[in-house]
Amino acid sequence: MKYETVIGLEIHCELKTKTKIFCGCETGFGAEHNTHVCPVCLGLPGVLPTVNKRVVEFAIKAGLATNCEINQYCKFDRKNYYYPDLPKNWQTSQYDLPIAEHGWVDIDVEGEKKRIRLTRIHMEEDAGKLVHSGTNIKDSASSNVDYNRTGVPLLEIVSEPDMSSALEARTYMEKIKAIMEYIDVSNCRMEEGNLRADVNVSLRPAGSTELGTRTEMKNINSFKSLEDAINYEIERQTEVLEDGGEIIQETRTWDPERGITLSMRSKENAHDYRYMPEPDLPPIVTSPETIEKFRSELPELPDARRARLEKDFGLSDYDAGIITSSRAMAEYYDAVVATGADAKLAANWMMGDLLKNLNAEAIDISKSPVEAERLGEMIRLIEKGTISSKIGKKVFAEMWTCPDAPAKIVEDKGLVQITDTGAIEAIVDQVIADNPKPVEQYKAGKKKAIGALVGQVMKQSKGKANPQMVNELLAKKLDS
Amino acid sequence: MKVTKEDIANVAVLSRLSVSEAEADKYMGQMDKILTYMDNLSQLDTESVKPTTYALPMQNVFREDVVRESLDREAALANAPLREDGYFKVPKVLEG
Ligand SMILES: [Zn+2]
Repeated sequence: MKYETVIGLEIHCELKTKTKIFCGCETGFGAEHNTHVCPVCLGLPGVLPTVNKRVVEFAIKAGLATNCEINQYCKFDRKNYYYPDLPKNWQTSQYDLPIAEHGWVDIDVEGEKKRIRLTRIHMEEDAGKLVHSGTNIKDSASSNVDYNRTGVPLLEIVSEPDMSSALEARTYMEKIKAIMEYIDVSNCRMEEGNLRADVNVSLRPAGSTELGTRTEMKNINSFKSLEDAINYEIERQTEVLEDGGEIIQETRTWDPERGITLSMRSKENAHDYRYMPEPDLPPIVTSPETIEKFRSELPELPDARRARLEKDFGLSDYDAGIITSSRAMAEYYDAVVATGADAKLAANWMMGDLLKNLNAEAIDISKSPVEAERLGEMIRLIEKGTISSKIGKKVFAEMWTCPDAPAKIVEDKGLVQITDTGAIEAIVDQVIADNPKPVEQYKAGKKKAIGALVGQVMKQSKGKANPQMVNELLAKKLDS
Repeated sequence: MKVTKEDIANVAVLSRLSVSEAEADKYMGQMDKILTYMDNLSQLDTESVKPTTYALPMQNVFREDVVRESLDREAALANAPLREDGYFKVPKVLEG
């Protein structure tokens, strides 16, 4: 039987507030363990939590940026469960009245546009961090807990089960990341756990509309793990079904080293969270005016930016899509164009040499050895005719390892384009004299033969002759 | 009787309580009384009444996003039954 995959994602996105959601403890990453804690986030008796205003603002902006309806009346609830990373024995979250609902984002997968619906976005607090003393989670005899992260504000962004491949899930998560970066509510540093996903995967006979039994993998914190874990689950579930077995609804953990998912059996009925309204936190009522004020503060979002680059600069949909796919990339592009460099050349250089080098060395664009300003200056040297594009590639390679300005590199390495007619003419004459065969072919009407001669002149000039002038001079001499 | 022994066992597990046979019988009766009382209340017609989500006439109590001093680590760990290298030490929780 042929199966189709159904995937839904719950993305947890850490907000970049200075303080925690219900207390004034700092949120900074990497602090000494158990130093960003207070009676409120440690869940000591008798304390009163108070909502951080910024969290609500960020949540509403995230909702608006993902086309959600904002609930003017929302409240917090207690989600009860026992786990040592949760000192209060409940997580303060939102149950039936979340801040935002019914949104969507569009993704592009292999040239196809697809709309992924968002069920809801709600605010909640993060849990602490368990440090296992054994070699892995199962071998530990005991655990140590660091509560610094307890109470750090999170958005949980819940999608409908609208994705049907690992690539779609990845693209969707990349889109959410880009939007959260654009609106500046999260640092989205995946290596610090700012952005992590719980992913649900199920299979059903192709064409069926009923959902199959799903498994869930929690806390996936890289795009690669997301894709690998989903692909593994698809394979595993297909095998189980084809052998006539049944999928058990369960939580599985993804082991990136071994590339497999493992069942995490737990004794208790973990899904009975017995939600109840949080009596210590009054409801949040947001006026339509406040919502509109937040909407007016939103920056240009990835889709709009992409459309603008296509319209204003004539970039291809593909190039514009890549350039706007992250805030850092879009800002790099803007900075290149701001130097006065041609917008289309800027896109070509980014899509070409820059991304190739960044990918090869796995460097993030924000840490690119060739800064936007220097790339812009180099492109302008090409535009002014100081260097050819071919020499540009040499200069770019040089800039990758050397912090000098492109003009200095061009000068130091003697790469200035030869635009002196006399100098080029001398080489042209020599090449014509040395290459009778292509000259003959050209004169016999095979105009393409000029290419070989141009190539020779460029070679003789070590790539420095202005190609356009070479072409013109050659044609003039051969046609005369 | 609506409350069963299984209900008591289930609630006990969820609340991390150990309940003896004799206690289970006692609580079964008590919980049943509570639920019967709730049933009486639910006979009221509340069709036109908005659900209550918060008992006090309050809303929008916020604090600004300003850092306040945290606890000293020693103070934070002072009541911990077990500790190790500045961490709260707890028994392992996952089943193998
Ligand atoms: Zn605190």
